[in-house]
Amino acid sequence: MRRGHFVALAMGAGYVFLWLPIILLVAYAFSADRIPFQWGGFSLQWFVALAANERVVEAALLSLRIAAGAATLAVLLGGAAGWALARYGRFRGRAIFGALIGAPLVLPEVVTGLSLLLLFVALESMTGWPEGRGAFTVLLAHATLGAAFVAVVVQSRLAETDRSLEEAAMDLGATPFTAFRTVTLPLIAPALAAGWLLAFTLSLDDVVIASFVSGPQGTTLPMALFAMLRRGLTPEVNALGAVVVLGVGAMLAVAALLLRGRGDSR
Amino acid sequence: MIGRLLVLLPVWAWLLVFVAAPAAILLAIALGEADSGIPPFRLAWSLAGFGMLVEDSYYLDALLTALRIAAMTAGCCLLIAYPMAMGIARAAPGRRVLLLAALMLPFWTGFLLRVGAWIGLLRDEGWINGVLISLGITDAPLPLLYTEGAMLVGMVHAYLPFAVLPLFAALVRLDPTLGEAAADLGARPAVAFVTVTLPATLPAAIAAFLLVFIPAAGEFVIPELMGPPEAQLVGRVLWQEFFQNRDWPVAAALAVALLVLLLVPIRLFQRLEAQS
Repeated sequence: MRRGHFVALAMGAGYVFLWLPIILLVAYAFSADRIPFQWGGFSLQWFVALAANERVVEAALLSLRIAAGAATLAVLLGGAAGWALARYGRFRGRAIFGALIGAPLVLPEVVTGLSLLLLFVALESMTGWPEGRGAFTVLLAHATLGAAFVAVVVQSRLAETDRSLEEAAMDLGATPFTAFRTVTLPLIAPALAAGWLLAFTLSLDDVVIASFVSGPQGTTLPMALFAMLRRGLTPEVNALGAVVVLGVGAMLAVAALLLRGRGDSR
Repeated sequence: MIGRLLVLLPVWAWLLVFVAAPAAILLAIALGEADSGIPPFRLAWSLAGFGMLVEDSYYLDALLTALRIAAMTAGCCLLIAYPMAMGIARAAPGRRVLLLAALMLPFWTGFLLRVGAWIGLLRDEGWINGVLISLGITDAPLPLLYTEGAMLVGMVHAYLPFAVLPLFAALVRLDPTLGEAAADLGARPAVAFVTVTLPATLPAAIAAFLLVFIPAAGEFVIPELMGPPEAQLVGRVLWQEFFQNRDWPVAAALAVALLVLLLVPIRLFQRLEAQS
């Protein structure tokens, strides 16, 4: 067999491996059978059951709120950190600063989750804050995780941008703040948007850290889904999978169309 | 200068409270002793927790099993990822974008949902057993779920995109005429791969391996939901010590031990990243 054929075949097999479980998960969401992944005729009943499942709907809304808050905080922190790493040269403590901001990238989730929980317990017993654990502590943990990713994205984007543009603006009389707002910010805006989206997704997808640092009032969607999977698979999981996959697919299609409309697609 | 301080100070404060302090507290509690109070430990500055990790083979096994499974996961990911990355790198730019999107889209559909999908495929009454029985290949359902194989499949599926991306980035930069030259000189495709492509992309392959190995070593969810009960990986044991046995010092000691074991791979990965 020629090499080109082998590579194409193996690549195809890899994509089938990646996609087959997801396609079947979505397809069987439309099956009437009570047993998941068994075909019992077309039905939308599991979507109705999912929408009526208050625990899941509440957890989903809470997760979206936590993810939006954590991603926004992560962009502020990670953006500032990426800026400092790209633009401040060898400031004092740079090595430690870089190691701390990047640590969540390489730490196993169980370690991050456990150590943050121990921090929240210690802080509460010493200062009374944060009072109890729940959505707020999950938000703080996810912001810390997201900031690590945002910092990398922003730093590498700044490394690519031309500093002379900013300097030219200031030579022409712009204050440093105006130069930042009108020149640099538009240049790094795509990196900030990508970082926000990445932090948002990480937050929506995390079950381990959230399980450690959350409390009785803070059940996120992944925590609810983990409990459902532990009790045994139901077709409601298929329905949730279909909602997520079709929702993400629609969002990406819209984004691709918008980019193409602007003539940016390369 | 004041501007710099305004940017740096909040980030420093955040990092000291939410990254440095937790690490220090983790170490302090690992050196503590279990206690029946709330919280269930007291500071003792003793090495009893770490002593247990060495003496009780249960904990040592948990660490070693986790490293073995993580290495197997990363190895399988590399085997599948190489041809995928080569195929994507060779595709025309327009198709390349589509192939990369198709690689990353499963990553956006939610980790737990993908685990749920595999449970639905592998269960006794699952899709694969249904297909096998209707084809007459087997009469009774095969026990596929809750095996080490199922756990590996789930982990490879979860981490595969992480392995493809660094390989793709290295292969795209590789001069295609190198492979053609090897072919012109009579090397068979497999020989050209081993003598030209593989050595040229070795740093990326090591980075890809580590990018899977490091998070997989602490994996909790997939062993818990898809693995056999006896697959006591360190992530799972840590979780049980913390949530079920409420032995915080041992859980913290396990976390510290896992970190120490991962220190060399993490440093190696960071060095490779800095080079590329």
